[in-house]
Amino acid sequence: MITDIAEKIGAGERLTYDDGLRLFYHPNVTELGMLADHVRRQKHPEPVITYNIGRNINYTNICWVRCKFCAFYRPPGDQEGYTLPEEEIFRKVEDLIDVGGNEPESCEILMQGGLNPKLKIEYYEHLFSEITHRYPATYLHSLSVAEIVYLAHISKISVEEALIRLRDAGLKSLPGAGAEVLADEVRDAIASRKESTQEWLDVHRLAHRIGMKSTATMMFGSVETIEHRLQHLLRVREVQDESLDVSDGYFTAFISWSFQPEGTELPDMRKATGYDYLRTTAVARLMLDNIENIQASYVTQGPKIAQIALRYGINDFGSTMMEENVISAGGVSFVMPTDEIERLIEDAGFSAQRRNTRYETVLSH
Amino acid sequence: MGVTLFDTLIAKAGLTDIYEKVIHEERLSSDDGLRLYQHPDLSAIGYMANLQRERLHGDKVYFVRNQHLNYTNICNKGCLFCSFYALPKDPEGYVLSPEQIQERMRAYADIPISEIHMVGGVNPKLPYDYYIDIVKAIKEVRPDVSLKAFTMIELEQIRRIGKKPMDETLRELKKAGIDALPGGGAEVFSERVHEELFHAKSDSDKWLETARTAHQVGLPSNATMLYGHVEQTEEKVYHLTRLRELQDETNGFMSFIPLSWHPEQTAIDHLPGPTGQMDLREIAVARLMLDNIPHIKSFWIMNTPAVTQVGLWYGADDMDGSVLEYEITRDPDTDRMQALTQTQMLDMIAEAGRRPVERDALYRVLDVPEPVLPPYMQVDTERSITA
Repeated sequence: MITDIAEKIGAGERLTYDDGLRLFYHPNVTELGMLADHVRRQKHPEPVITYNIGRNINYTNICWVRCKFCAFYRPPGDQEGYTLPEEEIFRKVEDLIDVGGNEPESCEILMQGGLNPKLKIEYYEHLFSEITHRYPATYLHSLSVAEIVYLAHISKISVEEALIRLRDAGLKSLPGAGAEVLADEVRDAIASRKESTQEWLDVHRLAHRIGMKSTATMMFGSVETIEHRLQHLLRVREVQDESLDVSDGYFTAFISWSFQPEGTELPDMRKATGYDYLRTTAVARLMLDNIENIQASYVTQGPKIAQIALRYGINDFGSTMMEENVISAGGVSFVMPTDEIERLIEDAGFSAQRRNTRYETVLSH
Repeated sequence: MGVTLFDTLIAKAGLTDIYEKVIHEERLSSDDGLRLYQHPDLSAIGYMANLQRERLHGDKVYFVRNQHLNYTNICNKGCLFCSFYALPKDPEGYVLSPEQIQERMRAYADIPISEIHMVGGVNPKLPYDYYIDIVKAIKEVRPDVSLKAFTMIELEQIRRIGKKPMDETLRELKKAGIDALPGGGAEVFSERVHEELFHAKSDSDKWLETARTAHQVGLPSNATMLYGHVEQTEEKVYHLTRLRELQDETNGFMSFIPLSWHPEQTAIDHLPGPTGQMDLREIAVARLMLDNIPHIKSFWIMNTPAVTQVGLWYGADDMDGSVLEYEITRDPDTDRMQALTQTQMLDMIAEAGRRPVERDALYRVLDVPEPVLPPYMQVDTERSITA
């Protein structure tokens, strides 16, 4: 029974690690759904689910890190390695604006790529300022911690300097990519050459300090346990407490998704279920009392489970991706047009509203 | 027990009157059914359906090891929602001989299958004896298997071709070896939908009459409803209440199976098909409305394994089985999974905190395997992370 935890939730009290564990081990997902839906309603009283128009641009797949869960990367020197020419990146941006319209800073660009030893800070500064100046309709929500740490390293500058220079070139916020599970035991097992838990959190902390917003993610369903997931949630909550206290920047949203084993070095791994996704999403909504928005991951879950998740604490359907290369390299991937997103939201009894990356309403569309 | 947050949330959702009825085991009205279909708060509806489900079945989840056989895909009914059929003379059409059916069964001789599920198209060329022969052929290979065969629509055809009354037809099939009827072909009990999508097939009165006759001659059946195409909410409520009325009379339905329609490769594939919330809602509303039908099945091939597992908390207590060779709803583009292994089924049930119970077609219990939690949920065991 979780009646006592439900009572705390009703009273708006913060949940503890033990509460979180008990919620994870509470099999009745309709109850978890009711509680998470209640919290969603407290934070977002209007029956509205937002979504964003944006696109992924995977500017390079060359990466020396070789994470076991990744089916996207190619090592330097590989025949299939690529770095997109600037004109192609611009063409992709223009395709996005064709769909998303001209309202300033309304179209989200998620640039994400491998750790490519050829691309230093100047490459990004040039690219970002070009995009920002040519296309005022865009909003650069780009680069993972691994990319930032790496480009700072090969450019021989500090991470802080890198962040400031990227910000000044037009980078507006950081996606929470690469968080995987923020527990070193897990990171050592699946991504040993990536940054540590501490580093990941520190880069987001730093970004918040210099006024940038970011999102936090969790990729569950690989080798971690329930306890690791909870540690992850509490670490994110702790940084958020701090950032809200002393910074202009903070986490705007949390997104969890499940590991897609196909094509990775862990192909036979049991794939996390939709049930697990709903439970994890609900527990995240309940634990992360200081994060406004919880996003669905229809890319990994598919339209059915993603729509069900709208009753498990989700208030945002995420972004139209237009293309998706990273998760699809690992198996299933769902890309969805705007009208399908709107149909699913309305079918679930909400109205659909477009937002920008800052979660402000976008009127066009 | 005091008032919990769950009670409060149901009250806020304006569903207390229905909640009270569920708690006190009172029958829900058609109006209640409509409200359950229309209320946006799906978690609250699932919560209530789960109360009813646990009252009937505790934490049990029934599953079966079965083989599906589709003896012919030739069909003259031309239902617009169907992607399976071939018209008579279509080169893709096939009919399996009794020997071919036996061959297909022998291919799985080493798997302990306890149920055969057999349905097919309405093929006007097949003589009455063919049906008797294939039933006997099945029982010849597996005398102990429980055989669930023929939708109400096929039975109509068998009766017509045999020129015998329905009760006699059913008795002969039963004597040949049929144990139960799968309950297909009900679609939606609505004259409007019948006209629009499946006018060549018999209507709801006929379906219910055949079910009644079957129950009277001692053949239990399941009941189905195909949703997510052009039907309206009122029509679904009507469907459920008609099944409930017949069940009051015969008590012959074992389970109700809401069937999630798949638009791919049908004549009406411009329609988007049912959403995940709709799939769960059908399960939950059925559990709440059909107070007299023992089981609610979430058929994973139609609902997807993901929705089916979640559905175990929205009123479903049965997930069908490790189906072998399912052909009715197939999407070659996505190559949808055709079989779940026993291990996958047990893993899904255990992860959802339920207890697996293996059954046959008549819901006789065969085995109660111990549930084993997936590794990530196991606590207090020696565990080292390796990738």
